[in-house]
Amino acid sequence: MSSHESNYKPTSRFGKWLDDRLPVGRLMHGQFVDFPTPRNLNYWWTFGGILTFCLVAQLVTGIVLAMHYQPSAAEAFNSVDHIRRDVNYGWMIQAMHATGSSMFFLAAYIHLFRGLYYGSYKAPREILWILGVFIILAMMATAFMGYSLPWGQMSFWAVTVITNLFSSLDSIIPGVGTAIVQWLWGGYSVSGSTLNRFFALHYLLPFVIVGLVALHIWALHVVGQNNPAGLDIKTKSDSVPMYPYAVAKDAVGLFAFLLVFAWFVFFLPDYLGHADNFIEANPLVTPPHIVPEWYFLPYYAILRAVPSKLGGVILMFASIAILAFAPWLDTARVRSSKYRPIYKWFFWLFVFTCLALGYLGAKPAEGSYVAWARVFTAYYFLHFIVVMPILGLIETPKKLPGSITEDVLGPGAGKGATAGAAAAPETR
Amino acid sequence: MTKTLTKSLGFAAAVALAGAVVVTPAISAESGGEHHIAHQQWSFAGFFGHYDKDQLQRGFRVYKDVCAACHGLSRVAFRNLVENGGPEFPEESVKALAAEWPNQITDGPDDEGKMFQRPAKLSDRILGPYKNEKEARAAQNGALPPDLSLMTRARNTHNEAAWPMHILLMARDIATGYQEGGANYVYALLTGYHEAPAGFKLADGMNYNVAFPGNQVAMPNVLDGGPVNYADGQEKYEGPKASQEQNARDVSAFLSWAADTSLNERKRIGWQVMLYLLITTILLFVAKKRLWAKFH
Ligand code: HEC
Ligand code: HEM
Repeated sequence: MSSHESNYKPTSRFGKWLDDRLPVGRLMHGQFVDFPTPRNLNYWWTFGGILTFCLVAQLVTGIVLAMHYQPSAAEAFNSVDHIRRDVNYGWMIQAMHATGSSMFFLAAYIHLFRGLYYGSYKAPREILWILGVFIILAMMATAFMGYSLPWGQMSFWAVTVITNLFSSLDSIIPGVGTAIVQWLWGGYSVSGSTLNRFFALHYLLPFVIVGLVALHIWALHVVGQNNPAGLDIKTKSDSVPMYPYAVAKDAVGLFAFLLVFAWFVFFLPDYLGHADNFIEANPLVTPPHIVPEWYFLPYYAILRAVPSKLGGVILMFASIAILAFAPWLDTARVRSSKYRPIYKWFFWLFVFTCLALGYLGAKPAEGSYVAWARVFTAYYFLHFIVVMPILGLIETPKKLPGSITEDVLGPGAGKGATAGAAAAPETR
Repeated sequence: MTKTLTKSLGFAAAVALAGAVVVTPAISAESGGEHHIAHQQWSFAGFFGHYDKDQLQRGFRVYKDVCAACHGLSRVAFRNLVENGGPEFPEESVKALAAEWPNQITDGPDDEGKMFQRPAKLSDRILGPYKNEKEARAAQNGALPPDLSLMTRARNTHNEAAWPMHILLMARDIATGYQEGGANYVYALLTGYHEAPAGFKLADGMNYNVAFPGNQVAMPNVLDGGPVNYADGQEKYEGPKASQEQNARDVSAFLSWAADTSLNERKRIGWQVMLYLLITTILLFVAKKRLWAKFH
């Protein structure tokens, strides 16, 4: 754990007794009360806490839904309708869970782009970052399986299209793809058996995410947080204790986020979903456009941009896997893009690319849409393979502040004892 | 923070602009047949939206007198017609209505092991005329009149405008809490019957409709045979005059309720939650400012 003294003092007799046997109180105090956080963090750093909230909210609402949901082809759709109409506040729980997954992804994407912008993936935070990539993957698997559960038309056909992708493996080793697909389906087509196993896995995976998040936060607390200046904490005045300072800021961020969350839950519960999912699954009727939820659209655009099915599948997975290599692809000496006058523009170009891919993923795969999807897919990868390594070598970064304290108070601040109480938060 | 915010906003604007240039030609090429769904005002749209009980009562009347001949409403129970936030008919009249509903409930088995038909009770669902899809198609010339319980939510909630407009309309809908695209669609469908344009090949038994995808729909112009009269059988009636347009509007509102019976409660709780969150956010922000003052 990052080196800071613990001022944990158990107050009750039970506390002292427990501290000698199982010092959980000491652990929590050290990690979430005393823990030094850089004093220059902005609101983009509140998204980690927001994500933790989202995860817990999904777990709680999900477990309540599971008490009323029936994972069978005959009853799944009816049971979700029953939850909305007849279960007490079922409409609210259901809307919170469905909207919650969108909000979870929104927060995760902001969190991830925050990391990309401020170079949070660079040493010594590589493992922390890679754990984040695994979390995104686990979230995607969870959301995909969750989407099948209401057993509407879009549920059914999204599962059909996406599971079928594995059949492209047949072009490497004949038979393997087909075998995998049938294994996923639990039969020769998407059916109630598929729904059953997806429900089991959808209940399991969030707990895997809980485990990954625990590792993620552990890794974070070993290396400490990055910050907008991309500097390390060097003196006491560079940091503030997590409680109450970072916690107070996180609370503001969380509640502002909840305003958006609640707006969708109470006023636009259907807006982020697809109308076809209010039609019960029907294997005989294919919807004219099969589109995934918004948070999968960029990957879907990449998938369809490639003429070969196998190639599309590989690029789609590569688009996430390549994130894990960012720590080594980025050759820049400084972390934060704030001090990278050229890279900064490429960062926003990359953001634009992801948004454009998202837009194109919602459109039919034809004509100029496909052409543009190819252009943006190519740039998506070029950003990592070409821009990151080369620009890091040739770009001259702007001058960094001398320390985190100087980043907040201006040059010369925080040096020696003269800086006074204002610059030395530890003297409370 | 504010600087980054202005920057991101400027950036978003640039994105929208660039996108407009890139994709507009692709879209204008795509839109072929007429397929226009107009944006409507509904009492239940938006932040303060709630159903107009009188409108739901009129809409139910249209459903009962016209649509029920072909369509079921099998996820809605008679008791729902009595409950708060719906048409709120008096319980006695709904009991009578249920007992007289032509499509009876199959119950049983009785003491002899036989299934039997019985009149509906408050707790029963509002069934349509057909026992199953086969029977419906046989009676309807091969077409299937779908159950209307979830109809307004099962049709597109989103506008279909081309790219730059699309984004603006999306922003408007999100900001105003408007997701009534399904009601707009049903209204447009019921009022969208026209003479087919010259050269349009209409299949046998089909009708030309501007709202329906492909413009050929098996359902005839059912509201054409003179409006459902609202004043009939009422001692004094002060609502809007019955017309085909008014019938269509009212039944669309009624079907919106049928698909989303908890809307009134949802929005009421919703604005209480928003108010609570807003005040708490402000208080937390002020507290945070004070707490951090010594560090800036
Ligand atoms: C004479 C029988 C009949 C009556 C009466 C009738 N419908 Fe229909 N309706 C149909 C049929 C048949 C279809 C299927 C149309 C198709 O698929 O082409 C249909 C389809 C629909 C659809 C779905 C359109 C779509 O997008 O798939 C809606 C909505 C609808 N009807 C509403 C109503 C309403 C509201 C009323 C009462 C005002 C009504 N119908 C009365 C026969 C009827
Ligand atoms: C379940 C989802 C996730 C949860 C609950 C979570 C939680 C957290 C928390 C609490 C923090 C510290 C606060 C902060 O810096 O915002 C953090 C930091 C971080 N997270 Fe995540 N995270 C999640 C997903 C991700 C993903 C998908 C990535 C990227 C691939 C990621 C990358 C990072 C990085 C690099 C940091 C350190 C940031 C820094 O110190 O600058 N996380 N995370």
